[in-house]
This record gives sequence, structure tokens and C-alpha cells, in this order.
Amino acid sequence: MSNTLVERVELAHNAVGRAVPTIVNGKPQVPFPGVGKYQPHGRKAAPAISSNKDYPDTGDKRVVNLETALRKCGLRDGMVISNHHHLRDGDKVALMALEAAARIGVKDLMWFPSASFPSQEGAIALMEKGVIHHIEGSMNGPLGDYCTQGKMRGMGVLRSHGGRYQAIQDGEVHVDIAVIAAPTADSFGNADGSHGKSACGSLGFALADSTYADRVIVVTDNLAPFPCVPWQIQGNNVDFVVEVESIGDPAKIVSGTTQITRSPDRLRIAELVAKFLRAAGIMKNGFSFQAGAGGIALAFVEYLKQMMKEDGVKARFVRGGSTKFLVELLQEGLTDYILDGQTFDLDGVKSLASDPRHVATSPFTSYNYHGKGNFASLIDAVVLGATEVDVNFNANVVTHSDGRLLHGIGGWQNCLFAGCTILALPSFRDRIPVIVDEVTTMTGPGEMVDVVVTERGIAINPRRTDLLHNLIGSKLPIRPIQDIKAEVEKLCGKPARPKLGDRPCAVVKWVDGTVLDTVWQVS
Amino acid sequence: MSSAVETTSPHSAEAGHWGKEVRSDLHVAFEARDSGGVEISLESRVAPYYGSAIMEQTREVLAELGVKHARVVIHDEGALPFIIAARIEAAARRAGIALGKRSLPEQHPLPPPSPKDRMRRSRLYLPGSEPKYYVNASLHAPDAVILDLEDSVHRGEKDAARILVRNTLRAVEFGSCERMVRINQLPLGLEDLAEVVGESPDLILIPKVEQPEQVREVDRMIGEIKARHGIIRPIWIMPILESALGIENAFAVATASENVAALTIGLEDYTADLGVVKTVEGRESQYARSRVVNAAHAAGVQAIDSVYGDIGDLDGLRRWGEASRAAGFEGMGCVHPGQIRVIHEAFQPTAVEIEKARKVVAAFEEAQNKGFAVVSLGSKMIDPPVVQRALKLVERAKAMGAIRE
Repeated sequence: MSNTLVERVELAHNAVGRAVPTIVNGKPQVPFPGVGKYQPHGRKAAPAISSNKDYPDTGDKRVVNLETALRKCGLRDGMVISNHHHLRDGDKVALMALEAAARIGVKDLMWFPSASFPSQEGAIALMEKGVIHHIEGSMNGPLGDYCTQGKMRGMGVLRSHGGRYQAIQDGEVHVDIAVIAAPTADSFGNADGSHGKSACGSLGFALADSTYADRVIVVTDNLAPFPCVPWQIQGNNVDFVVEVESIGDPAKIVSGTTQITRSPDRLRIAELVAKFLRAAGIMKNGFSFQAGAGGIALAFVEYLKQMMKEDGVKARFVRGGSTKFLVELLQEGLTDYILDGQTFDLDGVKSLASDPRHVATSPFTSYNYHGKGNFASLIDAVVLGATEVDVNFNANVVTHSDGRLLHGIGGWQNCLFAGCTILALPSFRDRIPVIVDEVTTMTGPGEMVDVVVTERGIAINPRRTDLLHNLIGSKLPIRPIQDIKAEVEKLCGKPARPKLGDRPCAVVKWVDGTVLDTVWQVS
Repeated sequence: MSSAVETTSPHSAEAGHWGKEVRSDLHVAFEARDSGGVEISLESRVAPYYGSAIMEQTREVLAELGVKHARVVIHDEGALPFIIAARIEAAARRAGIALGKRSLPEQHPLPPPSPKDRMRRSRLYLPGSEPKYYVNASLHAPDAVILDLEDSVHRGEKDAARILVRNTLRAVEFGSCERMVRINQLPLGLEDLAEVVGESPDLILIPKVEQPEQVREVDRMIGEIKARHGIIRPIWIMPILESALGIENAFAVATASENVAALTIGLEDYTADLGVVKTVEGRESQYARSRVVNAAHAAGVQAIDSVYGDIGDLDGLRRWGEASRAAGFEGMGCVHPGQIRVIHEAFQPTAVEIEKARKVVAAFEEAQNKGFAVVSLGSKMIDPPVVQRALKLVERAKAMGAIRE
């Protein structure tokens, strides 16, 4: 077993001045050369050709349990095993698979989840035992601390949802075995997320793995007789089907209802974002927007909805993470479609299952940068969060200012390609200013961030002269970003910069697979 | 959450709050010693960014308070510097030392003095022991903020709250909001005045006023402190009538001092005093409200309404506010920033009223220009009080943004 956490890593400075490792987990890397500057070449990856003669004519691919399925897939040391986070913090399948692998006795797996959650803390014990070598995927909470404390043997690799698809498609990451949790499936392996006791909505995150992995296992707690209709995962890509008692805890898979923030300051931010879209002329007939499920984003949708009604404006489509609030837009005729990447509450799940205008999408259609376009860049405006933004509009979404991993990238980087990218943030959290001189971890280059909305005012990126022009004479509190920063520092005092270590423990990839920044070990 | 009240030992004490749910506050445990210098232990959720700044500030505050030997244990939940100073001072005073000494934060320049009849549609209550609400309060643009030392502050927290409110008046920018303080009932309220008047609040609310003498007592004390501090800007008074007797004495209270700028009513206590149920329709307080409006106008001061307690019911609030304006009130209290906009809309004159008033004003200006003593509009003569009302309405409507120029 090699200890691949290289003590002396070669670093190169990329186009945004960040020192990044040139080799990560044994693979050579391309330092970020600038947005749109990297030209990929070669052909897409592909799994080996299969033959129907090796699969039952009855289509019944069931095996008795996950351990058997993994054995039949030829699980061995050093393989890449993938899971998906559509069951969010309620997921039981990922740990089920990793623990089955531990029982089989394999070592040094690379675990490749589309995101990890606090309930998967058990992965730490498996890393300690040597079953998992390292994780490439979002890490936060205990897993994030394990990584940033330098305890993981390999380097963490943080990718956006689109970047994960790109890495699989381009062959940067070859998935040996994909284990897909399915709220409904048939014995052929067709699978879907909109029905069943563990219904979660879209299974889009598993699409790349189902297409490109050598072996695919579907795990379900709701086996339907063939055909499982609708199917989002095609059984033709699936090797084995495993039936289990429960794939997850429904209470943690979706929230009963998503809650709008009650904080007056956050409500003010949400309202300012909506007013901005209206004043900038972005909110007009046929427009589109995307907002997540955070408290500010939900409140934003409510304010925007009111303004759309007042002005008689209708959207062509909205992008989820869907929630009750987007579903209401659809039902009230304020949007023609919801294009849904993941589904956050019961209203969203119900709507996806029953309304043909509520459509499940995938990281391929929405976010993949190495394709022939994607939906994210077609969107007029997106409202995102961040942990920090600097005076040049560079933003950090993955680490806290002290360098600890805090969030995955999710679709955040991919969404930066929208017509107008808005970061909606409180200007300080617990005395810590959000606008800084330089972000701790570069997750999005400033040229991609157009507007920062805080409770103390709206800062427009000077590059967006068009937006600045549209808002001449507006009564909105539009201010230079330095002004807001100075005001907050006057209140809070200028924070000390926590000292980061000089040992890389993870890298942040840009949407094209180049290396944007390094996450350093914290003391 | 842990909260601190005065402890029995004179040499050790605590102040402030800490815990997972607490934001923008801190807890200070203070132990006076005879020797050994100052020993500080700090735990803070912002330690990597502000740990050394907090340590340095703590030493400075202790030096200002004249504390030479003490052990101080701080649990900080991201409090801003003016809050840190207030909590340390409160703990030191509770420990029986540093009496008569203060540690004042850096002073923010005072806003211009408040005109007596300024617009007072909304006043946002900020509890005197909840510092997390202070620095962003003015962003929600109420006409006034009230730093409250009375009902929202626990009996055992009064001493710490008045230090916190004093520091807040000094260090926090409230923009164009009038800076009000609600003191406690007398005589406790006099101790509040001693702490806060030096920071030039714009207006003092006195709760449960029943007799004009109570207003005069407060007025005298404000005058003395102002003189001591060399403060010349006005500090207005708004008595709160909250009992049957207070309502009966409304006019005498309103005229008790030149510094009374407005009269207001507290309906919770008033209905309790009457032994009746407070209803949404408010029929039980109709007489009292009318009496307040009438007395205020007779005294030439503003009549200001009570609060609407149900923060979820904005439609009810709007109805209440509109009825309140129609009855002659000029504003009301807010218990949540979400109420401010609705109240401002409710207290805004209608387009018809504005139009009519503008015609009167135009006729008045024309008469002025031509040197006529009598103002006429069409064939009608306009009485001077009507002209005055129209002038005021147009001026207010401009301030509210209801007239764009």
C-alpha cells in the first residue's frame, strides 16, 4: 500500500495566480489556464462492449445481496466505486456498499460519490482501516475535517456536478463499479426516483456512472414488476439489481416543506435580488432563472413571483433544485417548465412524478462543459450563495475562511455561466466579513460573477457595464464592492488572516477538469 | 443558552449570554482578585480572525475600568466590539468594582438633531438585551428605533442592558432613524437616564405615565444630565399612557413639558387595567385612543398608536394602521421589521388627499405671490388652518416619497 499523499508536491501557478499541484493522486494535471482557454482533445471514454449472452433472457438481474453483487462485479483492491447523493443525508446505500466491500476484504478503494453527507461519517473508519484510500467528491463536516487535517492518504478532488460528469466522460476518472440507490426499479435495472417510499425526485447524478462505469449495480427498496415506468436509469446499462429493506431515511431524503428564511436581513437580501432582476430588465416575458433551496433563494422566488404577477411577466422555464415555491410558479402559470436537477421537498417530488411540465434533467444536459452546450449557460439569471467573495468578485464556496472544508461545489461553478450570476450573501456572519481582499479558496473566477447582493447594498462587477448602464437612475442601493467591504470592516474590525498550512490536501477543479485552486492542510 | 444575572458574591460575577443559539453576544465571568494581575481566558467562535483583537480589547477595557487584578473568562459568540465592552463593564460592576467608571466605545458622529414634529410613522422595538438586532436595524428603514430597557428586559438584566444601550447609542449608526430609548417606570427609569442621556438619544419614552409630575421629573433629570455633559441638542419625551388614570390625565401629561413631542398609548396594560380582553377590532380601547388623539392635538403634539402584536397578520396590521391614521394617529410601533413597510403604506395619505392638498398649497402660494391675505380655490375661500394642514400633508407626502419631484 503506497502512501500517495506526496510530502513534496510540485506546484505550478495557474492563470489566477494560485499555486496548484501538477500531479494529483498520481495523475498529471493541467493548471487552470483561464475561462474557455483549455482545449480538450481525444475521444470520450467508454466501458467495454457487453453482450446479451452474458445476461439472463428473462431480464431478471437480481442477486441476493450487495456483497454478492460486488463480488460478481469483480471488486478488487484499488478500484473506483461510486455513489450518488440524490438521497442526500438520508442515504444508506453508499455506506452499505462500502461496508460490504470491507467485508469482502478489499483495500485502497477510491470512493467517488457525487457528494458526501454528514451521515456518511462512517467512511472515516473505512479510511482508517485502509478499505478506502481517498475520496474524490465533496466533503464537509467530519469528512471535510479528516481531509483538511491531512489524514487522508490521497488528495481530495472537488468537482462541480458538471465537472464530475466531464471527468467521467473524458476518462479522467474511470468508475469500476457504480452503485445506484433507486427509489423504484424493476429486475432488469430500469430505475427511477419519483415513486416509492424513498422517493427523491431526479436520479440525474447517477446518469454518467450508469453510462460509463464498467459495472453498474442498482439497489432498491421498491421493486416493481417490469417495466418500471418512467425510467431515468436504463436497465440496459445495469449488471445487477439488489433488493434491500430500505435505501434511506425518508425524513432526511426530502424535507416535508422547505422553509423560507425568517431573518429580516436575509429577507431584505432576497427582496433586493428580485428588485434587481426587475430593475435590470432581466425579469421579462420568456425569461428564465435558477435559485437553490437555501433560505434566501426561496424567499427570492416568493418576492420575484409577486413582481412577476404585478408586471404580468411569465418565465419560459425555471431550473431547480425544485421546491414547493417553484412548483407553485408552475401551477399558477408563471412558468412553462421546471427543468429539475434535484428535488428538495415533497411538493417537488409529487410534481415531478405527476406534471409533465416538470422535467428531470441531469448533469449532462445542464452542466457538462465538455459537450455541445448545456442548459446552465442558457439561463438569464442565477442566484447563488458563497462563503466569501473578494473585491475582484472571485468567490469561494468550498472552504470557510479558516481553510476548513465547508461545502461541496455542487452545480455552483456550472451555474456561473448564466447570463447574470448573482451571489446573495449577508455582508458578515458572526462578525466575520464576507467580502475579503482575497478569497481563501478560489472556486469561481471573478470574471464569471456579475452581482453581489448583501443587506447593505448591491455591488455590480465593473465588467458588466451593460448592467451598470441599465441601472442608472435606479433607487436600488448600488454601491462599489469596496464601499460595502469598508463599511463592514468598520463594524466588525478587520479580521486576521488565519494561517494556512503549506501541504495540499485537496484540489478544486474548474468545469473543464483543469486545476483552479488548492485546499491546504489546516493545523 | 446560559444567561447571567447578579450573583451573590461581591467579587465574582458574570454578564451576557453564550451558547449554540446565541449570536452576536458574549458571556463574561469576572473574578476580582487582590493580586496577580489580569488573567484572561477566551473561547470564541471567531477566534482565528478576532481572537487577538478580543484579548487586546479586553485588556484595554479593564484598564479603563481601573481593574488591575482579575480573572476574566470570556465565551464569545461573534460579538461586535461595543457589545464586548458593555458586557465586560457589566460583569465588573456586578462584581462590585469599577463603580463610577466607564469604558466607552469609539463614538460614531451624531446624526442631526431631531425636529420636534418629525415624521414618526413607525418605531421599531429593539430589546435592550438582544444586541444581534442593532447594527442592521436601520437597513429596514423605520422612522425610529427604540432601544427598550423596559418590558423586553428581564428584571435581573436591567443593569447590563442600560450599559449595552448606552454603548449602542454611541457606536451604532442608525442612519436617518430617530434614536429612541424606552426607560423603565420611575424610579428605576431615573437610573436608566443616568446611563443613557449622556449619549444624546433623540427621544425618551416613559412607560406607564399617570401624572404630569412624572414627566416633569424625567424632564428635570434629562435637563441636569444634559447640562453636565454640555448637550444642547433637544431630547424629546414621549409619555406612554397605559392605564385608565393615565388616559384621564392625557392632556395634563401632554402639556407637562415643552419637550413632550408626542403622546402614545400602551394597549396591553390599558386593557389589563380595565380587566377587558384586547381584541383585534379594538372596540374596548376606542375611548382611550380617541382621548389620546384629542389630548395630543389640543396640546399641539403628535398622537402615536400602540403596536400590532401579531407579526404574521400583515392584512390585520394594514387595517389597524389605516383605521389608526383615520382616527388621527400619526404612527405606531413595530415589533418586527416586516411590519414597517405595511405601516408606512397605511399611514401614507391617499392620492386624492394629496391632490387636494397640493391644490390648496398652490392657491396659497399664488396668494402669497400676489400679496393677497385671503386664499381662495375656485370660488371657495380657504381658512388658514386648512392651508396649514395642506402644507403639512404635502411636506409629509414628499418625505414619504408619495410625491415625486
